[in-house]
Amino acid sequence: MARLQTEPLSIEDAAAAVRSDADGAVALFVGTVRDRNAGRRVRYLEYEAYDAMAMRQLARLERETVARFPGIRAVEIRHRTGRVDIGQPSVIVAVAAEHRAAALSACSHVIDELKRTVPIWKKEHFEGGACWIEGPPGAP
Amino acid sequence: MSVEVRYFASLADLAGTSREVVDTEPGDDVGRLWVRLTRCHPELAALSYRPAAACDLEYASWDRVLDGVREVAFLPPVSGG
Repeated sequence: MARLQTEPLSIEDAAAAVRSDADGAVALFVGTVRDRNAGRRVRYLEYEAYDAMAMRQLARLERETVARFPGIRAVEIRHRTGRVDIGQPSVIVAVAAEHRAAALSACSHVIDELKRTVPIWKKEHFEGGACWIEGPPGAP
Repeated sequence: MSVEVRYFASLADLAGTSREVVDTEPGDDVGRLWVRLTRCHPELAALSYRPAAACDLEYASWDRVLDGVREVAFLPPVSGG
């Protein structure tokens, strides 16, 4: 079940949430905050979400991914909100499947769709200022 | 009639608020609402792109009629992940 949370994300918890004895593969994507961007030294990121809509979109993305990729048993998406420090996970996608190919494809699909459609924004706080980071314009 | 308008991220900065209640006329659509909002918040009129809109938590086109809609959100290009 999708989560938006202000508390730190646990990679082990996310993996454990999807895995079962019927699965031969757990694919994980972990997005982490890096210390540089566009030539700037980043201090931390601050995430804002349209909570109610983002939760609805994340839950739908989980459901649709299970339905779309054969052999996928479970998908779990967890995303941070608020301040996330350098090196910390900002998002985790965990996918459990019988076999690795479907798990890897589904994991890639989920993070691509999340970045394209889910109403979450990051504000970069760097040395000397802060600015909103925005994706390419255009309605999803 | 009225709708609750939500602004996020850079749009909230430009509007100077993250939510407000705005009166609407029967038959108003998202585009007409936006034009009205840019009169109250001239900074929004200077945007170089047309933001995505959502009605009651689902993406909506700009010709979506607001009759029966409770909440309209304007969303800058998303950047989660």
